[in-house]
Amino acid sequence: MPRKVHPLRILALAVGALIFLFPFYYMLIGSLQSEPDSSPAGALPNPGNLTGGNYADIDERIDLGTTLVNSGIFTGGVLLGTVVFGVLAGYALARLHFRGRSLLFNLMLLVQVIPFQLLTIPLYVLIVRTYGLGDSYLGMILPFAINSTAVFVFRQYFLQLPRELFEAAQVDGASELAILFRIALPLVKPALLTAVLLTFIGPWNEFLWPFLITKQADMQPLAVALANYMSNVAARATNPFGALLAGACVLAAPVIVLFVIFQRHFVATNLGSSVKG
Amino acid sequence: MLGRQPIGIAFVAPYAVFLAAVFAYPLGIAVYMSFYDWFFAAPGAVVDRPFVGFSNYVAVFSDPAVLRSFLNIAIFLVINVPLTVGLSLGLASALNAAIPLRTFFRVSFYVPYVTASVAVVGVWFFLFSSDGLVNEVLGDLAPDPSWLVNSTWAMPVIAVFVTWKQLGFFILLYLAALQNVPKELYESAAVDGASRLRSFWTVTVPGVRPATTLVVLLATITGANLFTEPYLLTNGGGPDGASASPVLVMYQRGIQQGQAGLAAAIGIVLVIGVLIISLINRKLLERD
Repeated sequence: MPRKVHPLRILALAVGALIFLFPFYYMLIGSLQSEPDSSPAGALPNPGNLTGGNYADIDERIDLGTTLVNSGIFTGGVLLGTVVFGVLAGYALARLHFRGRSLLFNLMLLVQVIPFQLLTIPLYVLIVRTYGLGDSYLGMILPFAINSTAVFVFRQYFLQLPRELFEAAQVDGASELAILFRIALPLVKPALLTAVLLTFIGPWNEFLWPFLITKQADMQPLAVALANYMSNVAARATNPFGALLAGACVLAAPVIVLFVIFQRHFVATNLGSSVKG
Repeated sequence: MLGRQPIGIAFVAPYAVFLAAVFAYPLGIAVYMSFYDWFFAAPGAVVDRPFVGFSNYVAVFSDPAVLRSFLNIAIFLVINVPLTVGLSLGLASALNAAIPLRTFFRVSFYVPYVTASVAVVGVWFFLFSSDGLVNEVLGDLAPDPSWLVNSTWAMPVIAVFVTWKQLGFFILLYLAALQNVPKELYESAAVDGASRLRSFWTVTVPGVRPATTLVVLLATITGANLFTEPYLLTNGGGPDGASASPVLVMYQRGIQQGQAGLAAAIGIVLVIGVLIISLINRKLLERD
């Protein structure tokens, strides 16, 4: 018999939600103020102090169109690599018996423990100095091209499919590629979406790597351009905070919209399968 | 002998090549660089980079900026880990029931996690600036100098920021873990007359222990990875290195000052550190 919901429980959740959401509300309000107002009253919308000018201001300084396209290409490349090669690898790791399988599986687990950032220096040397891929989309995408967490999620989902399904198809003489595309993949569509969502936030939000390898402003993703604006030219704009927060809203909006629309696919059980091993 | 289904090798080949090219090979190069007086040269130029043995590692452990950044990560973990474990387990337990607005709460908790650090750092920068909202509300209680330029408060603000940003992910982890705690345990606790608080301590906390192991490990990895927050929020690890992270120092030494060998050595020390901590962590938290 379930216990009745305690009012304290709701109160705790409501206070939590307020703390999580307030900075986002403040981001939006701040981006619309013509004069920055950091007094407590400034947290409320004041019709006399509202403007869209900050968005025009930030667009003039960092070219939102170009940087958004760059973010899109960076993210799209990573998604493509992860979906194509990650699904193949996840399927093989879950369903096929071949030499080196457990070695690769253990490597995949190890990779999740070693922070990518710690390999920044050798990767920079390799990609920028040796291969000359600085200021290119390929150089940006390469270190992220296949998301290991997504491979792990795919593997877990393929493992959960009943064995008989595959055995029947194998008896019928279907090739492994045909089994993967006609039988397995349609059954794991939800995993595909979860993995795409998880993978999306990586490159879209990434700062350090694209910051290191892009020197030309017209190659920078929005996160990098905005960060450069924040650390360099903020002092020169008429309303530096307003313009900064307007840029922050543009950077945050696509991800938030995506996660609100597809929230059903970003739940404990989907992620749980990826952490239980 | 390639196994029963050698086609699997073809399926995993791109991923295996990727791991080799982006993790194994760079790791090898990092080890190599860390033993040389490695500097950047024009592409194709033949330069002499002398072998220096362990002197880069000696330099890592005698560089005050590097040592300070390790101390900063310790400060970060001391604040971040207990806050993350306590708050995310508490909120996940509160959420783990049929309650009104459940979806709204769940989504609002993970919104900071999915949003770019650069975007939310912008708001925190505004909130915690010297004449920002936080100080306006605090009035005379506001620290002087203000949070982000105060050598005592800069690192704790970063730790709290990261806790806030990552909490939603850990709430989801704990929610998943809570599904695995057998319902019968709660029922028998209730039959024994245990209070809610008592059954939380005796049933929930031990029941989610594997998730707690993971939280501690992931927090350590986050700490070792920290870059965007000190770079942007405290303007390059300021004041005077009081909020610098190892990756930030690695960037300053390696890319800005061209001491790539030293920077590679910092990276190797951190990789070893993370691996050791993850092993200890496993041993400590997973023994039953």
